[in-house]
Amino acid sequence: MNARLFSPGRFLAVVAKEFVQMRRDRLTFAMMIGIPLLQVVLFGYAINTDPRRLPTAVLSADNSEFSRSVVSAMQTSTYFKITRQIGSRDEARRLLQGGEVQFVVTIPENFGRDLMRGERPEILLEADATDPVATAGSTAGFKEIVNRALARELKGVLGDLASGQDPVDVRVHSEYNPEAVSQYNIVPGLMGVVLTMTLVMITALAITRERERGTMEHLLSTPVTPLEVTLGKIIPYIVVGYVQMLLIVCAARFLFDVPIQGSVVLVFVLASVFIAANLSVGVTFSTVARNQLQAVQVSVFFFLPSLLLSGFMFPFRGMPQWAQCVGSLLPLTHFLRLVRGIVLKGNGLAESLSHVWPMVLFWLVVVAVGLKRYKRTLD
Amino acid sequence: MPGNDLVIDVRGLTKSFGRKTVVRDLDMQVRRGEIFGFLGPNGSGKTTSIRMLCGLLRPDSGAGLCLGYDIIAQSERIKPHVGYMTQRFSLYEDLTVLENLRFAARLYGLKSPEADVQGALERYGLTPFSRHLAGNLSGGWKQRLSLAECTLHRPRLLLLDEPTAGVDPGARRDFWDQVHGLAAEGVTALISTHYMDEAERCHRLAYIAYGDVLASGTAQDLVSGSGLFTWSVSAARPDADLHGLGEALKREPGVDQVVIFGNALHVSGLDESGLEAAVAAHRTEAFVWTRTGPGLEEAFINLMRGARLE
Repeated sequence: MNARLFSPGRFLAVVAKEFVQMRRDRLTFAMMIGIPLLQVVLFGYAINTDPRRLPTAVLSADNSEFSRSVVSAMQTSTYFKITRQIGSRDEARRLLQGGEVQFVVTIPENFGRDLMRGERPEILLEADATDPVATAGSTAGFKEIVNRALARELKGVLGDLASGQDPVDVRVHSEYNPEAVSQYNIVPGLMGVVLTMTLVMITALAITRERERGTMEHLLSTPVTPLEVTLGKIIPYIVVGYVQMLLIVCAARFLFDVPIQGSVVLVFVLASVFIAANLSVGVTFSTVARNQLQAVQVSVFFFLPSLLLSGFMFPFRGMPQWAQCVGSLLPLTHFLRLVRGIVLKGNGLAESLSHVWPMVLFWLVVVAVGLKRYKRTLD
Repeated sequence: MPGNDLVIDVRGLTKSFGRKTVVRDLDMQVRRGEIFGFLGPNGSGKTTSIRMLCGLLRPDSGAGLCLGYDIIAQSERIKPHVGYMTQRFSLYEDLTVLENLRFAARLYGLKSPEADVQGALERYGLTPFSRHLAGNLSGGWKQRLSLAECTLHRPRLLLLDEPTAGVDPGARRDFWDQVHGLAAEGVTALISTHYMDEAERCHRLAYIAYGDVLASGTAQDLVSGSGLFTWSVSAARPDADLHGLGEALKREPGVDQVVIFGNALHVSGLDESGLEAAVAAHRTEAFVWTRTGPGLEEAFINLMRGARLE
């Protein structure tokens, strides 16, 4: 008998000690319970890779029952949600460019008349295909939806029109990413993801490290002020953040051949708002975390929803309303739209501003919370 | 001006964290060029008091001057003249000795940083280690580096919080030589410590427990003020049971403390006749009995007991 190799008594002592420590470390405990719950909710309820009810604008110059029938069939297919009727090509362009609608359907003048004459009128679906996953289902189903709707209308006298060749010429234009290359969407978005990682986690870690090791106390006994310390610690990470962005832009351009339509300089300038928002989160987390492990744990709670609910990995419009609401609070959501808009759609400053103010708002709120906490930790 | 001779002059400092009062009504006067020992049990508020003196913590009540500046309103003016050495090593372990010193030189805005850094390296014998990472130094050398760093800007006041904890006797002696050298140059030092031999190296001492200053003065003042009477007992024969004698003496009403020093017992009491009676009851030929004076440690333990009884 070799009882020296494995003693149940000793082994159980280690097990019992581990449970006691687990219970003491509240944040680790919260993480063990919280992260699986968060994942169940996010993956189980929030994420949907086959989004429905995508906002669609209708540009119809025809008032026949055929065009009405097509529009209503689109609505009932649940792929499309007609959000507005518009009157001009300019408006269509503007809505797609700003990301307000996912699709524009154009029904030409005399659509009904031409259809009855058997002239195969054209019906056009323009899709904002920056995220090919989001539009794949709808664009694939569009032709079928139109043909079925018309088949119902073309019974009886017009029955022969429905047989043989399709009665209309269905065209689908995937704008901004016609070849549906998912890298075009992912790679620019990576900029936001990497910045979130670096700026939130690394700044929280860097500041918590000073406190954990006791060097902060020593620093504050010198003439250096807390503002100098905090800013001095943050600036290097901003530089790192920009270097990371530059790397990703180069990778996008030279490795993945992402067509860069807009101004990279504009991306870099507006990224400063996003950087400020993330840094404020990192600094605020550092006031919550007592050690570096906790800083990482708290950052994961922020990073996970950012990754999953921002529209980086899964189509934003595929998520239920509540998840879209949560996602809209996160700076990454808006930064992704901003970057994709500039890089893939060639947006300028004017089209980008609508994505900037939510990040500014987020930043102000977090700074207010952080300052309140920061004052308390000094004493 | 005689009043100006006080480097630290604070009265009634009180600090609470939550409902726990850590420092209560602290009065302290430290003169220029003095090495002032700050003693007391763990958790007695020594570190908190030091943090209040250098402006890291704001006292809840009380007031005072440190280097002539108001510790509440002018803490930013105190900092450039104070060198604070924290209890834990608090320099950057992932920077070299030289980098740590250069960083400090820049924080204090020294006029000739390079000369000052080189001077400190030489003065503290750190030159051979200048390119070593601070984290790789041994305990004694880390402590030297800390002292070099916190004296780099020629502070007028040093606040040293248990600077020699865990350091070998040789390094401790070197450290105290350095501190005495600085004091001779006019630097004032406030040192907290648990070591009795170090307490005896201070010009003056204060003993603080549970937030109160229980006694202050020179080591001799504290010993003679303790009111203790002490006998030293050692074994006269190899079979003498010194431990058993100690246990028996502890039960005697006239005996307040029995401390073992290697092969001797120190038996102390506040009541001289009670102590004499106890000694008489146990005095046998198996032991050698000598009347001696109480030590600093007995005086402190006596103070601590009194604080607990209150």
